[in-house]
Amino acid sequence: MAKDKIDRPQDESKRRFLKYTGTAVGGLVVGGVVGGLIGANARNTKEEAAPAPSGSAPAVSNERDYNQALMFFNQEQYQTAEAAAERIFPADDLGPGAKELGAAFFIDHQMAGMYGTNARDYMTPPFQKAEAYQGYQLAFKRQELMALGLDALNEYSQNNYQNKFAKLTEDQQNEVLAAFEANEVDLKGVPAATFFTMLRNLTIEGVYSDPLYGGNKNMAGWKMKSYPGNQMSYYDAIEKEGLVKYEPQSLHDHLTS
Amino acid sequence: MATKMPKVSVAIVGMGWVGGVIAAELTKAGHNVVGFERGKTRSTEDYYHVHDELRYANRYELMQDLSKETVTYRNNEKITALPMRTYGSFLLGNGLGGAGVHWNGQYFRFLPYDFQIKSKTVERYGAKKIPDGMTLQDWGITYDELEPYFVKFEQMAGISGDPTTTEHVGKMSKPFPTGPMKQTPAMKLFRDAASKLGLHPYSMPSANLADNYTNPDGIERAACQYCGFCERFGCEYGAKADPCVTVLPVALKTGKLEIRTFSNVTKIVHDGKKASGVQYIHVPTGEEYFQPADVVILASYVFSNTRILLLSDLGKPYDPKTQTGVIGRNYCYQVNGAATSAFYDDKEFSTFMGAGALGAVLDDFNGDNFDHSDLNFLHGANIALTQTGLRPIANNPTPAGTASWGKEFKANSIKYANRVLNVAAQGSCMPFRHHYLDLDPTYKDAHGLPLIRMTFDFEDQDKELVKYLAAKTKAIADEMGATKTEMRDSLSTYNITPYQSTHNTGGVMMGADPATSAVNNYLQMWDAENVFVCGASAFAHNSGYNPTATVGALAYRTAEGVEKYLAKGGSLV
Repeated sequence: MAKDKIDRPQDESKRRFLKYTGTAVGGLVVGGVVGGLIGANARNTKEEAAPAPSGSAPAVSNERDYNQALMFFNQEQYQTAEAAAERIFPADDLGPGAKELGAAFFIDHQMAGMYGTNARDYMTPPFQKAEAYQGYQLAFKRQELMALGLDALNEYSQNNYQNKFAKLTEDQQNEVLAAFEANEVDLKGVPAATFFTMLRNLTIEGVYSDPLYGGNKNMAGWKMKSYPGNQMSYYDAIEKEGLVKYEPQSLHDHLTS
Repeated sequence: MATKMPKVSVAIVGMGWVGGVIAAELTKAGHNVVGFERGKTRSTEDYYHVHDELRYANRYELMQDLSKETVTYRNNEKITALPMRTYGSFLLGNGLGGAGVHWNGQYFRFLPYDFQIKSKTVERYGAKKIPDGMTLQDWGITYDELEPYFVKFEQMAGISGDPTTTEHVGKMSKPFPTGPMKQTPAMKLFRDAASKLGLHPYSMPSANLADNYTNPDGIERAACQYCGFCERFGCEYGAKADPCVTVLPVALKTGKLEIRTFSNVTKIVHDGKKASGVQYIHVPTGEEYFQPADVVILASYVFSNTRILLLSDLGKPYDPKTQTGVIGRNYCYQVNGAATSAFYDDKEFSTFMGAGALGAVLDDFNGDNFDHSDLNFLHGANIALTQTGLRPIANNPTPAGTASWGKEFKANSIKYANRVLNVAAQGSCMPFRHHYLDLDPTYKDAHGLPLIRMTFDFEDQDKELVKYLAAKTKAIADEMGATKTEMRDSLSTYNITPYQSTHNTGGVMMGADPATSAVNNYLQMWDAENVFVCGASAFAHNSGYNPTATVGALAYRTAEGVEKYLAKGGSLV
């Protein structure tokens, strides 16, 4: 139980950063860790009057993405999740949908990890019937809810449209998801709407979280929203009128030097 | 059998803002302090990859691990309280710096009205104005008495704000140490609109530094970069004031503070009149220790302060039926929900830029700054337009009627991502007889100890307040040149699921009378003179403001009280 060290690191990269942003006045160089960002940041803080050039994305498409493999889903679950996510966030004129953005891989990876097993949630019994305002009270872990829900999507599709969910037309898929959202499907006592909300939220997370988690491929989710990702400073831009555009940066870009 | 440790002068439970402020003051005065922190240590180096919305905002990286401990909740005594199994309504801090790490940095001194709320209400409107069941109470201290301690916190943290204040807030004996934050185009729209309506907007006082600053302890910190990652995140620059970059290094430098992390205090050991120390569990090993101390200071969050007292059988537990006892009394929250969104079809804003306490605010409808004679509620709210930095998972604004998924959702949420501004009211919360904290009869923490149980709901008072304030937010938003505005003015039953506010207050309230308060105006327990219980747990109600300024001021006053106590002993009042 030694004393904890709370220092305020003053490494070289941070000095350079503060100098770079012009906020280190009168020789006072202070602050916390910034580390490893200078190269990337210096290349990219240039503001652009027009939308970010689409050709500047890293050419990942020509490389193998070893992250795109399954940790949790079986093949059918993966295909079902991908098809459902695509309906929740479809490709359109604005840009890619959940499928192209890798949201199904994101969901798979999340289910395999501590979020899927509710590692940081209170899962101690007794589990009791809840009032509407008392929140999630099921003994089911997210992993289990996901597996059950995806199976139920297929079962419901089979019963009503005589095919697996992934094989239905877009309109049919939307009808199935709407039925789940409206809690019109019996999942053996587990609320279908709870499953749907989880799937919907995971899809949005898969579209917009940092690419390190497997979704938001090539930051294309961020680009649609003009979201610049991991930028270190807006000190010189915060007062400007309108939407200031940046080439987005991921946390990977922050992992240099 | 707990292992007995060598005695120290002062044991502080919790190393957040309150514990940090008191540790710094006491160690500078030469006292030996041991600080207990149930979580891990933390520094700016931990925030190397902090710009990660999923990890910090959605997966609650900095928050208490609910698998180990949570709270149970019920709307009223007729239903069974159930555990908050996942995060929602509020976020509990954990680790060094506590909630002082993941706050936004919005800094407001409570109003003079707040501290004398009962007497001032009765004076202006008569006793009948206070509805049945509302346990409104003066705090046992006045704004003027607390004023010097606000100054101390501001100088330490480097609060940034306008050089002068409006007529609606308490007088300041010293201006903020740094000037206001920068003004964004959105803030200007709000200020111009409010001014046009005859209201009095000003720059939100901020603990995100507007300029580089060296505080009276010699701590140097850099200016905020407006990166937009404050609330739920730690600041990698140290620009946002938090205990780990301000008071804790000062205390550690004296050589008189020992911080014990992963040490979960479960009990104050006492003989009914005085404490002899604290019992704690070293979390990794599960071993129990006893730390003797001359003074014990509870400086953890509202729920933990109350819970430790109840687990220790120290102070009389509150009984809502007889309305006797004090521990757990006057639990309050924050009444949000009054807001108006302004949608711009012809204009965009860089809303991803920002800082936790970047904004413009007004208090024309806060406290008793307006006439309540014909209104069915007391107090009010501050109204603000903030630019805290919107992040893409959370930021999906759509006009009313838009589905939450599918083609239309995608199109609208992307279209409006940078085209919506919000004018929102942060409402006060009045105490009621049947809103309180006690120990849950069923659910236990990882050590087998009962969880704290919250009984709380929104009242007519709150619903009336929201309705009234919402109309005010709409009036301002309507002047902001938007294509259209959408007002939200209804408040229903309190729901633990959606995030609302981490401004939980009360449970160990301060006051002038031991029958209706647990601590005096030095936050010294009436029932145990060497125990001090600090933080928002001491609030007799919650104001229409963020609580940290008042928490910080009370911590400085407590530190002064503990010093007096160590010198002379006895009750400080």
